[in-house]
Amino acid sequence: MSKEEIIAELKTIIKPYSEETLALENIDENTDFITDLKINSANLVDIVLDIEEKFKIEIDNDSMAKMLTVKATVEVIESKLQTNVGE
Amino acid sequence: MNNRVVITGLGICAPNGTTISDFTDSIKNGISGITHQPDLEALGFSCQIAGKPPISEERIAQYFTPLELRNLNSTGIIYGVIAGLDAWKDAGLERSSDDSPDWDSGTIFGTGTSGIDKFRWAINKIDDMEIRKLGSSVVIQTMASGVSAFISGKLGFGNQVSTNSSACATGAESLLLAYERIKSGQAKRMLAGSTSDSGPYIWGGFDAMKVCTFKHNNEPEKGSRPMSLTASGFVPGSGAGAFVLESLDSALARNAKIYAEVLGGHLNSGGQRGLGTMTAPNPVSVQRCIQQALENANIKASEIDVINGHLTATTKDALEIENWKIALGSTAENFPYINSLKGMIGHCISAAGSIECVASVLELEHGFIFPNINCEDLNPEITALINENRIPQTLIEKKIDILAKASFGFGDINVCVILKKI
Repeated sequence: MSKEEIIAELKTIIKPYSEETLALENIDENTDFITDLKINSANLVDIVLDIEEKFKIEIDNDSMAKMLTVKATVEVIESKLQTNVGE
Repeated sequence: MNNRVVITGLGICAPNGTTISDFTDSIKNGISGITHQPDLEALGFSCQIAGKPPISEERIAQYFTPLELRNLNSTGIIYGVIAGLDAWKDAGLERSSDDSPDWDSGTIFGTGTSGIDKFRWAINKIDDMEIRKLGSSVVIQTMASGVSAFISGKLGFGNQVSTNSSACATGAESLLLAYERIKSGQAKRMLAGSTSDSGPYIWGGFDAMKVCTFKHNNEPEKGSRPMSLTASGFVPGSGAGAFVLESLDSALARNAKIYAEVLGGHLNSGGQRGLGTMTAPNPVSVQRCIQQALENANIKASEIDVINGHLTATTKDALEIENWKIALGSTAENFPYINSLKGMIGHCISAAGSIECVASVLELEHGFIFPNINCEDLNPEITALINENRIPQTLIEKKIDILAKASFGFGDINVCVILKKI
């Protein structure tokens, strides 16, 4: 799965958690969940659960703590998808 | 500070009506909200009938965001938010602006327990070793103050935001607590009320205590029988009632519609001493509560036109009437009119007091006394105390001036509120 495909999936997952329509529309690697998308920090765990379900991966606590931007999140997803392929 | 306190808004989510106009129509016409519950039957409950507010998904979606709706599994919060927001709107009030809370407005919105279905789901996940799947929605729906927190977030309250809990006296207590806060000048407006979850996990404990009726599973509407000879236990209910309390000055300043004045009231406990226990009321404290309420409201017993009783349809109904009679010093003839809403909606547990207070305010507002249903066979222990005509079984259209409302709860807790037409 390409980086662009992952970001497109992420956009769908994140949509219900943000009311910043313009920032959502222009989502890219540099987008920050809290400062740009104004996502309630309590909802970050819900987004991680949605990502796990969508990509059929499991995300550990350390990785979860890093997932505050699109870039970091894509990296975590890519690395977990890689692990799945290796199994 | 000694502000006069008035009621300027009402909201309801009751088994027999989820808007003020539907509810008014139902209580005037003695329409029951008790229905057969297939889930209770499937689970082998003794009592398979209950009162549950009929609320469509479309209606719920008007009060919650799509994100809130995703994992919402707390009927009590749904009922409370609907009744609370409707009361605020009915009072002609708006939500506060996005950048600043309304420092003069708050809420005391009671409940017995919150999000019991959500709790069950979370407990099962934890036991299945899936703790991390809980997400962020469990705490906010299962904390007791979830309902007041949801309401406050939607309206932007900056004053006290709290949840009270005193079993079946919760709703009437919320009204008195809000009244005190406005009377003492600490808030201008308080949204008071209470809510109670629906379903087997909230009602199961009562079923097991054998305090619910099991004799009317095939005739739900006849099941809840306060003051009847064939009363055989209460029918569980659920829902929410809400009212906006406001200082008279604030209400007049904004030219608000005023439903009634809260003249005063009293709350106490029998301390589980004397005849009082965890589950039975101490008659001395019940009588004292009523008398202190009259004193606090500065009225005489003879001024009370109507009593809205607690009257649950258990063997304690006659004792309650006796307590009123002693406390008011009345005769069988001059005893006020008395009615119980529980015949129509069952016992809505922590929501009972607020739903019944809303009904009481509507009686004052429109000048009527709603009929007692299912007591065509009045209990002779009650008719030995008061005349049969004190217990109306058909609608009475009549201007009433002062109404006394009492609620009693497990823990030997009593609340009495005095309301006046304004």
